[in-house]
Amino acid sequence: MKKQIVVERLTHNYDTRCALDNINFNVASGEVFCLLGPNGSGKTTLFKILSTCISPTSGNVKILGFNLNTQKRAIRKLIGVVFQNPGLDIKLTVNENLRHQGHLYGINGQNLNNRILELLDRFEIADRKNDIVETLSGGLKRRVDLAKALLHKPSVLILDEPSTGLDIGVRSQLSQHLRELATQENIPILLTTHLLDEAEGCNRVGILDKGRLVAIGTPDQLKSEISGDVVIIESGECETLRNAIQDRYHVQVVAADNNLRIETVNAHEFVREVVTAYPTMIEAARFGKPTLADVFIKMTGKTFD
Amino acid sequence: MLSVWLPIKTIWWREIIRFVRQRSRLLSAIAQPLIFWILIGSGLSASFKPPSTSLENSSYEQAYTEYFYPGIVVLVLLFTAIFATISVVNERREGFLQNVLVAPVPRWSIVLGQTLGGITLALLQGVLLLGIAPLIGIKVGLISLLTTCGVMILIAFGLTNLGLLIAWRMDSTQGFHAIMNLILIPIWLLSGAFFPLAGVPNWLAWVMKLNPVTYGLAAFRHSLYLDSHITFDELPTMIISIIVCSVFSLLTYTGAVLTASTQQI
Repeated sequence: MKKQIVVERLTHNYDTRCALDNINFNVASGEVFCLLGPNGSGKTTLFKILSTCISPTSGNVKILGFNLNTQKRAIRKLIGVVFQNPGLDIKLTVNENLRHQGHLYGINGQNLNNRILELLDRFEIADRKNDIVETLSGGLKRRVDLAKALLHKPSVLILDEPSTGLDIGVRSQLSQHLRELATQENIPILLTTHLLDEAEGCNRVGILDKGRLVAIGTPDQLKSEISGDVVIIESGECETLRNAIQDRYHVQVVAADNNLRIETVNAHEFVREVVTAYPTMIEAARFGKPTLADVFIKMTGKTFD
Repeated sequence: MLSVWLPIKTIWWREIIRFVRQRSRLLSAIAQPLIFWILIGSGLSASFKPPSTSLENSSYEQAYTEYFYPGIVVLVLLFTAIFATISVVNERREGFLQNVLVAPVPRWSIVLGQTLGGITLALLQGVLLLGIAPLIGIKVGLISLLTTCGVMILIAFGLTNLGLLIAWRMDSTQGFHAIMNLILIPIWLLSGAFFPLAGVPNWLAWVMKLNPVTYGLAAFRHSLYLDSHITFDELPTMIISIIVCSVFSLLTYTGAVLTASTQQI
């Protein structure tokens, strides 16, 4: 598949603080790629660079073959951008917001009317067409925002934390919309998120931590980095218990937030043994298949918060 | 060409719709200056010494309410420009303007669209206020009306761009308010709107002479009294006033475009 977004050796500094450090990845047509990271990991900086809001300190970024440093205008014609806070004028109606967006991209007349009707239909907001945006719910605003970003039929879609402020039901609807869009229109979609369930729904995930891309792959590939299951033990004496388990079972134990986290193949037996051996130090113990949160802990040594 | 004018038109039109939907803006831009005019105008009438004006070679004495009236119109233009540009501060970070900035639209046309919006609103309110002129004895005929509108457009162009030049740099509306109180209100106060140049201390006279709004107001006074054949001997001439206003407008527009082009989102 053709790689439509190519990021090579991308670095960005704010004065002396390094926000992005040597980032490399690419996104192909028809793919939903997610940049997952906690607050302050550099997601929004990366989004701002890719959406042409800021220029990177160094590195190469190509979008649809155009160089981001020298061909911003050409790129702007081809990308659809969705900001974290909906880019809508709340005093305008849904229809007016869409019309203005069309005009910014040189679309006018019947062409624009048809395109607006098509999108209102697609996002099921035709009945709210003449409503002032400030009267809409967060979920509806996001749908209008998405319709707006797609108005000029962009060849790439870039979204910054599109699920912010949406409840889980609306969030999964949005994920589904994006996946359908990527395959139907055969465009690459890149989004940033700090929500693990949203990342699970994407085709590929890049995990960002303190400006570094620490892992990249499909959610399944990333989770397969962890052998077997993950055991979580809650304890009031984390440090003592950690040392004890490490000495006795020769496994790596990561302590975070009064929890001990251990990767193991025979989780059920391991839990039984540990609970029997240290009954007074353990408050609760559970195990399960690894999640992207476990992958994050494995890669960075800390919990995903 | 269509690709350049369509975004300018849409940005201009959006300013108009927003204004119509926020009726409080009309009230705050017109009502406050009018209250100033009535209260301060009446209060200072007794102690006001009018500047030298002449009506066809004989002298003509203005009451303070009449003297203050053009200043009030310019204050309305200033308030309109401020209210039209303050939204830039917030909208650059969240809202409509973010999308404008990542659209394939050159920054000069964004600024031009915003300026045209500010001018239209200022002109509408300015013309509305001109309706008071006959009530205080100023005769506004067709020539006067057209010239005054032209001058108001020129003043609004400069003031809106001055507002944009500031707003595009600001991170918070509080900062914008601070600048407004520190710079925008004083340049209005020291433009001859409130008190005439004649009789002020030398240093203040210099400040007033260097203030571009002084020339905007002078042009406004000249044009307002065109049909009454009243001339203002102490004011800069119409030609000089128009030249200074045009240069000021060009400089602020260039400054606003440069600021908008270099600001990152």
